[in-house]
Amino acid sequence: MVSDATGHLKVFLGMAAGVGKTVRMLDEGRAELEAGRDVVIGLLETHGRAETEARAIGLERLPRRRVTYRGTTFSDLDVPAVLARRPDLCLIDELAHTNAPGLDRPKRYEDVELILGAGIDVLSTMNVQHLESLNDKVAELSGVRVRETVPDTVLRRADEIVLVDVTPEALLERLRAGRIYPADRIDAALSNFFKIENLNALRETALRQVAENVEAQRVEPVDDVVAQAVGERLMALVEPYPGAQRLVRRAWRSAQRLSAPLDLLWVAPPGGARPGGDGETARSLHALRQLASVLGATMVVEEGDDVAALAARVAGERGITYILVGASRPARGLGRLREPLPMRLVRLAPGVDVRIVADRTRMRGRREQRR
Amino acid sequence: MIAITVAFLVALACGVLLGRWAAPRRTRRGSRDARPEAVRRILLPFTGSSISRRAFDAAVRLARVENATLMPCYLATVPLNLPLDAALPAQCLRAMPLLETIEQRAVAQDVAIDGRVVRGRTFRDALRRILSDEHFDRVIVSAEHQAGHSLTGDDLVWLLDRADAEVMILRPAPADDRAVAAEVIGHF
Repeated sequence: MVSDATGHLKVFLGMAAGVGKTVRMLDEGRAELEAGRDVVIGLLETHGRAETEARAIGLERLPRRRVTYRGTTFSDLDVPAVLARRPDLCLIDELAHTNAPGLDRPKRYEDVELILGAGIDVLSTMNVQHLESLNDKVAELSGVRVRETVPDTVLRRADEIVLVDVTPEALLERLRAGRIYPADRIDAALSNFFKIENLNALRETALRQVAENVEAQRVEPVDDVVAQAVGERLMALVEPYPGAQRLVRRAWRSAQRLSAPLDLLWVAPPGGARPGGDGETARSLHALRQLASVLGATMVVEEGDDVAALAARVAGERGITYILVGASRPARGLGRLREPLPMRLVRLAPGVDVRIVADRTRMRGRREQRR
Repeated sequence: MIAITVAFLVALACGVLLGRWAAPRRTRRGSRDARPEAVRRILLPFTGSSISRRAFDAAVRLARVENATLMPCYLATVPLNLPLDAALPAQCLRAMPLLETIEQRAVAQDVAIDGRVVRGRTFRDALRRILSDEHFDRVIVSAEHQAGHSLTGDDLVWLLDRADAEVMILRPAPADDRAVAAEVIGHF
C-alpha cells in the first residue's frame, strides 16, 4: 500500500437498495484483512439486516461521531478518528449520504475525498439514482427523486467501480422475503419504487453507467480541446412538415447510441421564421419544437437562402461532428444542374460526417407492392 | 447564333417537360404531403409501448376513406417533481419506435401521417393539452384498460364530454391482444 500518495477509491454501484452492495463491500474488506492489510469499518449502515450485520463480525468498527444539533443527537462518520487511526483501508457505506448538520462537511463524499487525500484506501457504496447526471432520468423512470446526489466527477475519480447486479425478479423476491425492509414497509416499497419496470430501467442505467465509465477510463483525453474532438454532437437538418419527424426520430436514436447531444436546424427562407406564418407550417414547426423538447434536443432556427452554407456555419459554431439530412427527391429540370445538398455539406463542412437518412416508409411500400 | 440559342431553349424546354413526364407519381405524392388547411385530422392517442390493433386498423381505414391525416399521439406523463417541459428520454425510448412502426404501416396503406408526442401530468392532462392546442375532426381510442397504463373509464367519459371532435371508443375485443407493437423495418 502506498501511504504517501492519494488513496485508492473503489465504489460498489447498484441499481437499488438490497442488491448486496454493502455485503460485497464487507466481503472484500474481509478478504483484504485476511491478506494482511489493516482494515477498519469507518461507517456501516446495516438498516437492521441481520445478514449484513453478520458479515461485519471480525472487522474492526470505529465508533460513530455524535453531534447534537438543536436538541437532536445525530451519529455519523468520524473523520478525525479515521485519520488518527490511519488504516490501510477504510470501509465507508453510502457515499451519497448527506452529513448531519453541525459536521465539518455537508456531504459524505467530501469526507471520503479528505480520507483519500490522507493516503487511505476507501471502499464505498452507492445506488445509481444518486448520481447527479442521472437524477432527472431516474426520477422520470421511477417517479421518485432522491435528494442525496453525488457529482459525476466523484464517480469518475474512482479507481474502480464494481457493479453489484441481481435480476429484478431476484431483488423483488428478496424484498418479499423481508430481507431488505421490515415487514411493515414491504407493501409500500412494492407499490412505489420496487416495480419491475422501474428495476429493469434502473438496472439498464447502472449497466450503462459502468460500461461508460470503463470506456471513459480507456480513453483519457489530454485536455478540453481533445475532449471536444472526441465527443460527438449530432445535427439534423429539418423542415417544418410532418415527414421531418421521421428524420428527427432517427437522429435521436443515433444520438442515444453515441451518448451525444442532438441539435435540430431549420434553415427558414428569409422572413419565414417569423411567428404567425401559414397555418400548416406553424403547426408543423410547433410539433417539431415539442418533439425536440421532449427528446431533450435543441431546436435552432436560422434564416437564409443558402441551406448548406448556413448549416456548415452552425455546425462549426456548435462543434457538430455528424449532420443528418433526409433523402431528397430526385432533382428535375434545371435542379439537376445544382450540386446536391449532401455534397455541398461535405465540401463546406470538412471533418463533419454527413449521413443521408433513408425513408423506410417508402421501403415498406415497395415491399408490399411486390407481394 | 440565333439558331443555336433557339436550339438551346427548345432543348431546355424538352428537358423540363421530360422531367415532369418522367415523375408523375412524385408530383402526386408531393401534393399529398402538402395537404390543404381544411384536411380532416384523426387523432389516435396511445399511452404504452403498444397500441390497440383494432383502434389502429379503424383509424387507418377511416383516414383512407376520408383522405384524412392520421395523427398518432403518444401521451407522456411527467412526474410532479419534474418541470412540465422536461425531456423524457426513457418514455421516448418506448414511444419513438412505436411511432415509427405506426408511420410505416400507415404510409404503406397510403395514409398521410403526422405524429405527436404530448406531455401532461396524467394521460388525461396530456390529452387535454393536445385537444386545446390543435383541432381534430375525430378521436379514436380503445376502451382496453390496463391499470395505470391506459386511459381509464373516467378519462373516456371526460373525452366524450370535452372533446370538440367526433369520438370513437372501440369496445375491447379478444383480438386486442394483437396490439401494434414496435416492429420497425430496418435499423432504427
